[in-house]
Amino acid sequence: MKVKLEKSKAFYDVYERKPTGDKTVVHYCPGCGHGNIHKMITEAIVDLGVQDRTIFVSPVGCSVFAYYYFDLGNIQAAHGRAPAVGTGVKRVHPDSIVISYQGDGDLAAIGTAEIVHAANRGEKMTVIFVNNAIYGMTGGQMAPTTLEGQRTTTSPYGRSPANEGYPVRVAELINALQAPVYIERTALTDAKSINKTRQAIRKALQYQVENKGFSLVEVLSACPTGWGIHPVQARQWIKENMEPVFPLGCLRDRGAEIPASPLEPRPFVAEGLHELLDHPAPGAEEERAAGAPRPADPFLGSPRVKVAGFGGQGVLLLGLGLASVGMKLGRHVSWLPSYGPEMRGGTANCSVRISDEFIGAPIVNQSDILVAFNRPSLEKFEPDLRPGGMLFYDSSLIDVSPQRSDIVTVAVPATKLADELGNTKAANMVMFGAIVERTGLFAVADVVRNLGSFIKLKKLIPLNEQAVERGGAYIRSLA
Amino acid sequence: MAKTILKGNEAVIHGAILAGCRAYFGYPITPASEIAETAARYMPRVGGTFLQAESEVAAVNMVYGAAGAGARAMTASSGPGISLKMEGISYMAGAELPCVVVSIARGGPGLGNIAPEQGDYHQVVWCGGHGNYHNIVLAPNSVQEMSDHAMLAFDLADRYRNPVFILTDGAIGQMMEPVEFPAEVHAPPAKEWAIGVGERARRNVVSSINLDPDELEQQNLKLAEKYARITEAEVRFEEYRLDDAEVVLVAYGIVSRVARTAIEALRREGLRVGMLRPITLWPFPAARLRELAERPAVRELLCVEMSTGQMVRDVELAVLGRKPVSFFGRCGGNIPSDVEIAEQVRRRTARQGGGR
Ligand SMILES: Cc1ncc(C[n+]2csc(CCOP(=O)(O)OP(=O)(O)O)c2C)c(N)n1
Ligand code: SF4
Repeated sequence: MKVKLEKSKAFYDVYERKPTGDKTVVHYCPGCGHGNIHKMITEAIVDLGVQDRTIFVSPVGCSVFAYYYFDLGNIQAAHGRAPAVGTGVKRVHPDSIVISYQGDGDLAAIGTAEIVHAANRGEKMTVIFVNNAIYGMTGGQMAPTTLEGQRTTTSPYGRSPANEGYPVRVAELINALQAPVYIERTALTDAKSINKTRQAIRKALQYQVENKGFSLVEVLSACPTGWGIHPVQARQWIKENMEPVFPLGCLRDRGAEIPASPLEPRPFVAEGLHELLDHPAPGAEEERAAGAPRPADPFLGSPRVKVAGFGGQGVLLLGLGLASVGMKLGRHVSWLPSYGPEMRGGTANCSVRISDEFIGAPIVNQSDILVAFNRPSLEKFEPDLRPGGMLFYDSSLIDVSPQRSDIVTVAVPATKLADELGNTKAANMVMFGAIVERTGLFAVADVVRNLGSFIKLKKLIPLNEQAVERGGAYIRSLA
Repeated sequence: MAKTILKGNEAVIHGAILAGCRAYFGYPITPASEIAETAARYMPRVGGTFLQAESEVAAVNMVYGAAGAGARAMTASSGPGISLKMEGISYMAGAELPCVVVSIARGGPGLGNIAPEQGDYHQVVWCGGHGNYHNIVLAPNSVQEMSDHAMLAFDLADRYRNPVFILTDGAIGQMMEPVEFPAEVHAPPAKEWAIGVGERARRNVVSSINLDPDELEQQNLKLAEKYARITEAEVRFEEYRLDDAEVVLVAYGIVSRVARTAIEALRREGLRVGMLRPITLWPFPAARLRELAERPAVRELLCVEMSTGQMVRDVELAVLGRKPVSFFGRCGGNIPSDVEIAEQVRRRTARQGGGR
């Protein structure tokens, strides 16, 4: 491959964004690898014809100012987060070319989670990982890739595996994942290795242009300043000290197995949103139950309801049913569940309010109606019923009698009646029918007509319809 | 539009999608997980992105990338996750990226519990991240507002190029109420400054770094000027029965709902009590509170919160000693009851010689 001497078009002619110093030269130290790698990236981008769609994510590290130089879309990321930032960009613009450019502190220490997971998701981006075995920008502290025994400002006695562990081999680590398409480790030491690096960077970008997947090129690169040695010796140092720990070569290249596909922009869907979001069709206005009979007791007309039982007894669904039917009949409603682990295997309860006015507190502390499906719930919530309130309980499951005499008690063998219908789980809907029949809150027919508003599985509706009607019939049979 | 019954956590995604949000990045946490679940369900349907990130840190940085690329993007979490998102939020404030972050507060500190609390007021309103920045903070108190505020939040975020928080509590997130969506929605604005595909976008830089102290000072002053404009234009609040109020309750989120019920009961007893509910916690309705404090009829302002009193200082700063500011709160996941709140007010009116 021919080495080009003229400045790449993907660099600015003059680095106007650079605030100080000579605006025609980069800020890197003499002998630093970053400059070479930048150049290789720009050359590949120009050759691949993707300058207008390339977005360069610069990291925190010496290359934080990459945007001074690259005539590309530039976004600067927090320390270690370049793969996450790149993910955000690429997901929004799948037709862009995203380069996550990272040092070893950035990628292999603080950003370990981000790189591993971006690689694991196979984000269609190119990661250029500059491994210089040190923190350059902050003044030569130890990196995760610092060699055993290597002295840095934070490993002044030499990196000790006992204290700091061993150098992290990033290419090998990423190679343990399934998704990546291309992983190679190269070095910047002599003409041959430089050429290899150039080819690797080009291939990684080419694969992204062909929409193939995630690539990572790890480049062993000199930091003469951080290492405290002359640039020429620095190259030798890579060969002698880094290469034995970080062997060069291609760890994976699945490019040929994956067919190329075009880079397509993501269309913005603006039509038919309400349908896509499962919103009720316009015009499906709820029927107002104008003039529908209301319970004589005003409290029962706008009740505060507590429904409680074991998780799995359909307690929350019954509450939701009360609220949904209320809504359909044009009333103000709210439903508030107990939530979280307490529901797992334990008790569940919900507060429901139905009112003609805006509902303040959705939490029901004092209830007008209590519906209890097990004994602990009955015992816990019975004291909170207001005097004159109404208690419904599943008498097929609760063997004790309610304690209070200043309330109206309605025993409903809901589980037994549901069993007779062939499904224990319908006990909650048997109870629903009983509640509305006894209180007059809604008509049984109102509930039946609106079952679809809270029971999503249509095939369950016939059974639930029977259950609601059975509950209503049971109450009538008592009269 | 017909009404539909949803959880607050669901409604916020419906509102966001109607507002043109097509990118959600998040990590599960109770009591906010239904937000991610709803996004996971609907984002693919509307051609958007849903991604469960490896952490809240990653999620917020994905939002940074998507927002920098011009999309309306969002994330959501609860306190422990919001703590991790502070990094990205500060970066977005610095780079002036619009985004929406939803916080469904639960009990803290530490792992705390998953019941509703308002102990993250300082974290969100006074900004837990680093640097001179502000979040715009909306505090919905109903499922309808969860949807409405999602739309408002994206508009404010774009208008001011700033992170906007929707801060509420586990109760508002978990409860279901009827919600009505607007029939017509408008497309989100094009963003000239964003990175993306095309020659023009190539000129753009998204960054918060500036090594030059004078330039960074200017940038900070520019932000300060923006925050002053926001304070001027975007204060929102709701008043309830304040006309002749002697005791002014100040409450937001679920507490404002409970307080309303308490006020109804107290009014039936003849007590003159009302409420100011901040809808924006930042900017805070300080000027309005000061006006109220200057009314001769007003004797006292009572902050009611599910915290140990995190909003009290803002109310005190607003009224500047014109009237006493007192506090009643529950925390740890307890919601004060209407009975408790009413009792607090009765005690005060009795102490002041009755309010009848
Ligand atoms: C959250 C955070 N922690 C620490 C820093 C300080 N910091 C800046 S650059 C850097 C290390 C960069 O080293 P590396 O990634 O190896 O890049 P290099 O400078 O060697 O190119 C550190 C720790 C920071 N900016 N942000
Ligand atoms: S400190 Fe090292 S990595 Fe940074 S510019 Fe200098 S040589 Fe390059």
